[in-house]
Formats: sequence, structure tokens, C-alpha cells
Amino acid sequence: MIKIHVDEHKCVGAGQCVMTAPQVFDQREEDGVVVLLQDHAEPPLEASVRKAVKLCPAVAIRVEEV
Amino acid sequence: MERVVIVGASVAGLTAAETLREEGFAGELVLVNGEQHAGYDRPPLSKAVLNGRMPPSEVALRPAEFYLEHRIDHRVGVRAEALDLRDRTVLIDTGERLGFDGLIVATGLRARPLPGQSALGGLHMLRTLDDAQQLRADLLASSRVIVVGAGFLGSEVAATARELGRDVTIVDPLGLPMLRQLGRDVAPGVLQAHRSRGVDLRLQRVVRSFHEKDGRVTGVTLDDDEPIEAQVVVVAIGSIPNTEWLQGSGLMLDDGVVCDEFCRAGEGVYAAGDVARWQHPRLGTSLRIEHRMHAAEQGIAAARNLLGAGVPFDPLPYFWTDFYDVKVQVFGRIDPDDEVTLLSGDLEGRSFTAAYVCDGSITAVLGWNAPRQVRRLNPLVGQRVEALQSLAAAGA
Repeated sequence: MIKIHVDEHKCVGAGQCVMTAPQVFDQREEDGVVVLLQDHAEPPLEASVRKAVKLCPAVAIRVEEV
Repeated sequence: MERVVIVGASVAGLTAAETLREEGFAGELVLVNGEQHAGYDRPPLSKAVLNGRMPPSEVALRPAEFYLEHRIDHRVGVRAEALDLRDRTVLIDTGERLGFDGLIVATGLRARPLPGQSALGGLHMLRTLDDAQQLRADLLASSRVIVVGAGFLGSEVAATARELGRDVTIVDPLGLPMLRQLGRDVAPGVLQAHRSRGVDLRLQRVVRSFHEKDGRVTGVTLDDDEPIEAQVVVVAIGSIPNTEWLQGSGLMLDDGVVCDEFCRAGEGVYAAGDVARWQHPRLGTSLRIEHRMHAAEQGIAAARNLLGAGVPFDPLPYFWTDFYDVKVQVFGRIDPDDEVTLLSGDLEGRSFTAAYVCDGSITAVLGWNAPRQVRRLNPLVGQRVEALQSLAAAGA
């Protein structure tokens, strides 16, 4: 299982995380900044979250093993 | 495969290294980093770092322990000088030859200077973290700034300099800022954003010469003989792929490293990121894309294909630009001659979405201060234009 952290200040609102793992990430309507729908993930969802970490163009998502 | 060398340690190279480990590559992994810093994120350099909102310590792409955890032999401040495909070695500037079974080329770009541009104090280009810090220091000590080039980088630098309270003049040979990037229907909004903040624009003008005194730039003269004074001049007219070290190697070079649809440039040799010109699997042409997210996607694709995945690289391009209170986001590829169809809002308003159309196909969707809406529109890219009519009928 992983715990997910997001940095709202770094987020540029690309929405890539929402496309990659919509169960975990959403965006604020007004500025597109990331909203965390759940802060933990287990396999198979974990793989999608890790992909979102790699694709995030602002390095705004971080995960830690728990 | 026992040893992989990755040349270039920014987004594409670093993501490729990470992917190789995640996909189970257990051999030796050497990452040749020509810069003096571990891989960092470039988009903030023209915005939050230049502005001072983001300290340079926050731009690292990965934490320091990443390199150890992924068993990466990270060679910082080391440049690749030559590739020998017969010996399968990369010569680096310490004189060492790094043998490889697999190679990923991710050497990126450097800033393109103006013809005849010489080294002067106050005359800047912006590509690296050091560039950004030096430019910031000079901006803080100046009152007047000239930005040459009104593309993404030039417009962002101009906006940041204006936010820092500097008098800013933009010079560009085209009739509108970001004309090539956003097309004639949307680019007027960029012009309006600059003008409403008091930025001077000299459009359809080029710099003929630089003024200097005691080794520092003091201004420029334009091609209509107008002199403009400034303590800082920033040249932001594009970039050049870093491929000189590959000349004579046998890899095909043509404004980048030429690759097939799998990002493969030769036997066991792949390229990724800004430097890679790959054969697009659907467009029937080769492309080189200089966007931030593309570098990550292609780094993943090149690493997987090096390990034998055999999947053509077929991304949906995405880019964004931020200036003043405007965030523009685009999915797809814009040609300046595409027709623009407004989907919501209006072109002069604070927020709108639009689709770009060429030959009856949707080539791109754009959001102007509409991040959530444009993300939902991205499935339209590649569809026939009729999809826009059904969208309008659905009241979206």
C-alpha cells in the first residue's frame, strides 16, 4: 500500500493524474489544481498512481510505502 | 542486457532510468549528466524561480536518495563526447569509455543565440537553472528589460519581469506573440495580456545590433533604426538539439536523432525527449516535440522498448503556458493555419475553450483559464469535426 502526497503549490493543473487514476485524483473547478479523492492506494490502483507520479509535469505528486 | 547507458539526466533520461528499474532491469545503469545539478524541472525557471516564489532547492525532479535506491551510477557534470557503435562505447569528457549493451540518448536542447550574438554582461538566454539564477540577479538590479522572441519562453519571461516591476519591451518578427504556437485567433489574447500590463511590443521587428559599454549590454537597435535602452536583454528565439557528439557515429541526425516509431535510432539505441525525432505511427511523418510532459512519456516508451516491449510511441501531446493570470493548456498539435471553433466562453473573455480543425479533423483543443474543461475535451482530438456539432447539441 502507498500513501499519496500532493503539492498544491507546484501543481500546474495539467490533469494528467486525473486521466491516469480518476479514482484517486480530481481537479478544482476554478484553477485546475489537484484534489486528492483518497490518500492511499493498493494494487492494482497503485500502478496507476505511480504512473501519474512519473507523468506529472510539475513533480507535484509523491508516494511513500506504508 | 547487462549494461545500459543513458546520456542526459533531465526529464526524459531520468524517467527512462526509473522505468528501466520498475520494469525489472537489474543490470548496471549509468546516467551521464552534463549539467552541474541533479535533474531538475525546467518550466518553473521562467516563472516561479525567476519570480522568486520557488526557491531553486525545490526544482529537483527526484529526491537525492532516488539515485541510490534505483542503483543508478549517476555521473554529474560529465559530458558525452562521442559514440562508437562498433565498440558499443560512449566516450565521456573524463576520457573514460562507457561500454553499453543498451543506450538511450536524451541530451535535450540548448538555447539558440541570435546570429552574431556575443557574450555581454546583461545579455541572457534561459535554459538551465544557473541561467535562471543569473537572469534573476540581473533583473533585480535593472529597471528596463528587452525580451527578444514572443513565443512561450519569451512571453513568460516578459510577464515575470513585469511582475517584478521592470519596464519590458518585447521584440518579435511575427505580427502577434505566440502566433506560431496558438494561431491567429487566440494569439491576440496574448497581445492583450501583455498590453494591459503595460508591456511595450515591437512586432514585425528584429534586432539588428546590440549596444554595449564596458562589456555590458546597454540596449539594441531594431531593423527600423529604433534604438531601445535596457540593462538586461533576454534572447528567447528557440533552441538547438544537442547532437554534435553523435556526428560521425552512424546514427542518423536531422534536427534531432532520427528514430523509428519505437523511438529506436539503431541496434539497442533509443532516443527520448526534446532531442528525439521519431516517426509518428499515425501522422506518417517524423516529429520532434519540445514539451515537458512529452519528455516523460517518451522516456517511459524508450525504456520499455529497449527492454523489448515493441510498442509504437503514439502520445497525445500536451503543453501549457502561464503568464500573468492566464493559463493556456493544449492537447494535440496546433498548426497556425488551423481553423478555430469556439466551444465555450469568448475569445476576449477571462476563460474559454476552443477546438482547432484542419481538413475536417480536430487537431487540438485549447483551454484559456479552463483547466478542468479542456481536460474533459481532450478525447475530441483526432475525431472528425462533426463531433463538435454533437457536442454543441448536447449543450456542453
